[in-house]
Amino acid sequence: MGDIKQIFNKYPEAGRDNLIPLLQDIQSAEGYLSQESIVKVGSYLNIPSSKIFGVATFYNQFRFQPNGKYHIQVCRGTACHVLGSATVLQELEKQLKVKAGDTTRDGLFSIEVVACIGACGLAPVIAINGEFYAKVTATSLAEIIDTYKVKEEE
Amino acid sequence: MDFTINVNNKEFKATQGETILEVLNRNGIKVPTLCHLKNSMPTGACRMCVVEDENTGKLITSCSFPANSSMKIKTHSQRVVESRKTIIELLLSNHPDDCLYCVRNKNCELQDLSEEHHVRERRIRGVKNSEKLDLSSASIVRDPEKCVLCGRCVTVCEDVMGVACIDIINRGNKSIVGTAFNQGLNTSSCINCGQCIMVCPTGALTEKNHFAEIQDALNNPAKRVVIQYAPSISVSMAEELGMEEGIDINGILNAALRKVGFDNIFDSSFSADLTIMEESGELVQRITEGGVLPMITSCCPGWVKYAEEFYPDLIPNLSSCKSPQQMLGAVIKSYFAEKENLKPEEIYSVAIMPCTAKKFEAQREEMTQAGISDVDAVLTTRELTKFLKLYGIDMFNIQPELTDSPMGFRSTAGKLFGASGGVMEAAIRTAHFSITGKELVNFQIPQIRGLERRKETKIKIGDLELGVAVVNGMANAKELLDEIKNGRNDIHFVEVMACPGGCIGGGGQHIGTSEDQLKARMKTLYKIDENETLKVSHKNPEIIELYDNYLGKPLGHKSHELLHTKYKKREVMI
Ligand code: SF4
Ligand code: SF4
Ligand code: SF4
Ligand code: FES
Ligand code: FES
Repeated sequence: MGDIKQIFNKYPEAGRDNLIPLLQDIQSAEGYLSQESIVKVGSYLNIPSSKIFGVATFYNQFRFQPNGKYHIQVCRGTACHVLGSATVLQELEKQLKVKAGDTTRDGLFSIEVVACIGACGLAPVIAINGEFYAKVTATSLAEIIDTYKVKEEE
Repeated sequence: MDFTINVNNKEFKATQGETILEVLNRNGIKVPTLCHLKNSMPTGACRMCVVEDENTGKLITSCSFPANSSMKIKTHSQRVVESRKTIIELLLSNHPDDCLYCVRNKNCELQDLSEEHHVRERRIRGVKNSEKLDLSSASIVRDPEKCVLCGRCVTVCEDVMGVACIDIINRGNKSIVGTAFNQGLNTSSCINCGQCIMVCPTGALTEKNHFAEIQDALNNPAKRVVIQYAPSISVSMAEELGMEEGIDINGILNAALRKVGFDNIFDSSFSADLTIMEESGELVQRITEGGVLPMITSCCPGWVKYAEEFYPDLIPNLSSCKSPQQMLGAVIKSYFAEKENLKPEEIYSVAIMPCTAKKFEAQREEMTQAGISDVDAVLTTRELTKFLKLYGIDMFNIQPELTDSPMGFRSTAGKLFGASGGVMEAAIRTAHFSITGKELVNFQIPQIRGLERRKETKIKIGDLELGVAVVNGMANAKELLDEIKNGRNDIHFVEVMACPGGCIGGGGQHIGTSEDQLKARMKTLYKIDENETLKVSHKNPEIIELYDNYLGKPLGHKSHELLHTKYKKREVMI
């Protein structure tokens, strides 16, 4: 939480206009927007936390839980979309039993939906902690997830 | 009136800055609205109020567009009517169709809209909303499935109540009204005022209901079921019953409650008198012994929670007196219980209140004696109407009756509690007597009467010049509270009521209460005060009897045990 003070210092005379950049900074420092940080931003900017949450949930970019140990980015760019990324996302949500933006209970996996990650040739693409997986299908998805689970059990 | 605007081929006068809707309504043309809320900034969210401007060929939202002379408005062209109808059909497409089980059945704007627009078939089939009920609050139940996202609750909560614990969260078809992190209302700064219910067009917001428990108690021969009703109830129920607004139904209410089977009928205006005895005593004590000033009233549980959350610095200023509801509750289960040879647990104590926050108050830990709640269940004005229906009481065909002794008699001072300024007026009457030994010459204090949001005046009591301030509508209190926090010291006594107008405008009252109705209720209270002779709490014979037989003196040992309490800072997500 020390960081959050430093972030505030970047916006000395902050008002409502600074809300989004402030939240972005906090998210990049802490990986997500915690309840605590939203309340702090609220008292710093004098905005009720419900309003901040309302604004933050309006944009897809914000997360409200820490990333999982394995952070899965699902590309929803055009190329991936055309080749079935919607099904990939659905399948992933089903397998992990959490929605995009959420983290599994055990803290292992989290899902994020992202725009084109520049690997259109490999569509549909997912990236786990930066490592790309190409031409994902429901079956390959299950296998990929399994390798991480196995890795954990070892 | 500086220009005219063409509406349906007629010229209507309009003033600069007026919205199209205002011009239309003034000229007897009705246009349906949904998100629109009088006295608040238009949001233009629902587009229900569209009209067609023939000059531009556009559909515009009449609630937010200012009228101007170049417009040629059609309020019910085919395009307009179809567009409105489509909006309604879209709202219905994901609505749970629960009318027969819904608390707002026959009192629902969505039903009205659909009926007015002759929606007779299901052209659009959507996925039904599926959201969990939020039952976490002691006062308010939220059913997001029935929400049409008009945003009126959000606006009221922020603009009128200054709380802002809810907002529209998420986007697109995932949007819902929720608290920060979409948690239960009980974790938020919600003060349980119920003003959001008052503006909700559907059954998405309602009060937490306790009919079953009350019926159980009534059916249990081992229970003595006692009921009290708040000062504002008898003058604000008429609209609910379809009677003339503002009339006082006190007598028939007593009779009706007796018919339902309540064993004893008491009046919270009696305990308002009791509150005045204690509170004016406390005020005089604070002034003469150098206590924390200004003293601020604590009989509104919405305000008390607001103070605990937003103004913890001012908690020492709060009067230690419990509210009339809780004072009567405490006295019923002690004084009355002893008198009747009953154990406290043999009594089931119900309160009829204009207020949803009273439900929260009744279950507060501070409001118990040896683990037994002072008050067991609270019914709002709206619920009482339903309850009377359930028991088949015909309110148009009933002879008035009196309340019961020893806690049914009241002064008009106690009755004044129902309107903003009433507690102050009542307290001053008794404080004047206890300081000077003489009654006031003029009992009425016009400067603190009326619906104005903030009222202040100075009152001479002997050598003392008492500075008093009265605020109603929580958001309006902020300014004054900040002044006090920043050291303003010419005020001795402050009355705060969370709801606009005070309890007559409470969140448990008739849905759709208009400003005219508020005025009518207020007028009736003032008329009662004018017409009756017992105008001061300290001369109420039942109050004198209670002190003589049981309590001793105001602020005495017994009083402290039963009638006073303390509050502390409350941690919630603000
Ligand atoms: S909110 Fe209105 S339309 Fe919806 S179920 Fe209730 S009564 Fe019916
Ligand atoms: S009860 Fe009052 S404070 Fe609570 S959400 Fe409704 S309007 Fe806001
Ligand atoms: S809960 Fe009621 S008032 Fe609030 S947005 Fe939904 S329908 Fe409108
Ligand atoms: S669209 Fe998915 S990587 Fe470009
Ligand atoms: S009532 Fe005008 S846009 Fe909703």
